[in-house]
Amino acid sequence: MASQADYKDRQFLAVIGDEDSVTGLLLAGIGHVTSPPDNQKNFLVVDNKTENSAIEAAFERFTTERKDIGIVLINQHIADRIRYRIDTYTQAFPTVLEIPSKDHPYDPEKDSVLRRVRRLFGE
Amino acid sequence: MSGAADREAVFPTRQSLGIMKAKLKGAETGHSLLKRKSEALTKRFREITRRIDEAKRKMGRVMQIASLSLAEVTYAVGGNIGYQIQESAKSARFRIRAKQENVSGVLLPAFESYQTEGNNDFAMTGLGKGGQQVQRCRETYARAVEALVELASLQTAFVILDEVIKVVNRRVNAIEHVIIPRTENTIKYINSELDELDREEFYRLKKVAGKKQRDTAEQDAEMKARKEAQAAAAAVGENQAPDTAADDAPADLLAAEEDEDVIF
Repeated sequence: MASQADYKDRQFLAVIGDEDSVTGLLLAGIGHVTSPPDNQKNFLVVDNKTENSAIEAAFERFTTERKDIGIVLINQHIADRIRYRIDTYTQAFPTVLEIPSKDHPYDPEKDSVLRRVRRLFGE
Repeated sequence: MSGAADREAVFPTRQSLGIMKAKLKGAETGHSLLKRKSEALTKRFREITRRIDEAKRKMGRVMQIASLSLAEVTYAVGGNIGYQIQESAKSARFRIRAKQENVSGVLLPAFESYQTEGNNDFAMTGLGKGGQQVQRCRETYARAVEALVELASLQTAFVILDEVIKVVNRRVNAIEHVIIPRTENTIKYINSELDELDREEFYRLKKVAGKKQRDTAEQDAEMKARKEAQAAAAAVGENQAPDTAADDAPADLLAAEEDEDVIF
C-alpha cells in the first residue's frame, strides 16, 4: 500500500531468464539500457554457469533499487533457484511474474502466487 | 462484578453514558459498513483469482508459440542472434503505464502496455537473411508480452487486494469482538452504578422523611401534653378565683410560646 505513490514512473519491464527467453523478449522491444555513465541493463541472461548470488543480486536490483521497473519477468526454473527470495517477496510493486521457458514447461504448482491462490481457496 | 469485566475507564455519570451509547451506535454502523466493504472486496478478489488462473494457463500457451517462432528465426538466420540482440538493445520500445482503478475505496493499479514510435534497436537484425521471420517473431513476442502485462496487473491487484482484505477483516473482527462488547460492558457498568446511586438516594430520602415524621409526632405529643396541662391549670384556676389574674399572664406567655413553636 505504501508504494502506491511511486508507481507512476515505473514504465519498464525487466527480465531474468535464459538466453532464448531474453532474446525473444528483447525482440519484442522491452530492452532498455540507462543512459551513461550507469549503463544499467534491465535484463540478465542466466545460464548454467551463472551463480545464484548473481541472480539474487539482479533480482534485488530490479525489485528494490531501481524505481523505474514495473514488472519483473523471471523464468520459472531460475525462480526455483532463488525460490526463498521470491516466496518472501510480498510487495505489490514491482510485480514479479514467473514465465515458462523453452526447456522447462510451466508448472502452476511451483508459482508462488498460484500457490497462495490455492492456499486461500483451500485446495 | 462489573469491575472485573473488560470495560473502559470512565466515571459512571449520565454524560459518559450518553457518550458510550453514541460510541456503540458508531461502532455498529462502522461494523456493518466495513463488513459490506469486505464482502465487496472478496467478491472482486475471487473474480481476480479466477482470471489469474486462466491467464497463467494462457501465458503458457502463448510463450510456447513465441519460443517456436524464435526457433524459426534461429533456423532462418542460421546462427544464434542472442548476443547481437542483447548488445543492440538500447531503449525500450515496449513500455508500460500504470493507471488506477477504484474498488470500494481501494486503488488497484492496472498496467497498460504501449509501444513508443520511432526507435527500433533491431533494424539491422536479420538484414542478411531471415528478416521476415525476425519480424514475425517480434510480433509474436509483442503479443506474448501484452499477455504478460495483463497477467502482471492481475497479479498486482491480487497482492494488494489480499493485503487490504486482511486489514479490513481484522478491523471487522476487532470491532465485533473487542470494541462492541467492551462498550456494552461499560454501558452496563454505568447503568448499574447509576441504579445504585438512585437506590442510595431513595433510601436517604426515606430516612430523612422518617426522621421528620418522628420529630413531628414528638412535637405533637409534647403539645398535647402541654395543652392538657393548661386545661388542668385552667380548671384549677376556676376553682381558685383569686389567682386568675396571676394565672392569666403565664397562660398568655405559654400561648405565645406555642404560637412561635407552630410557626417554627
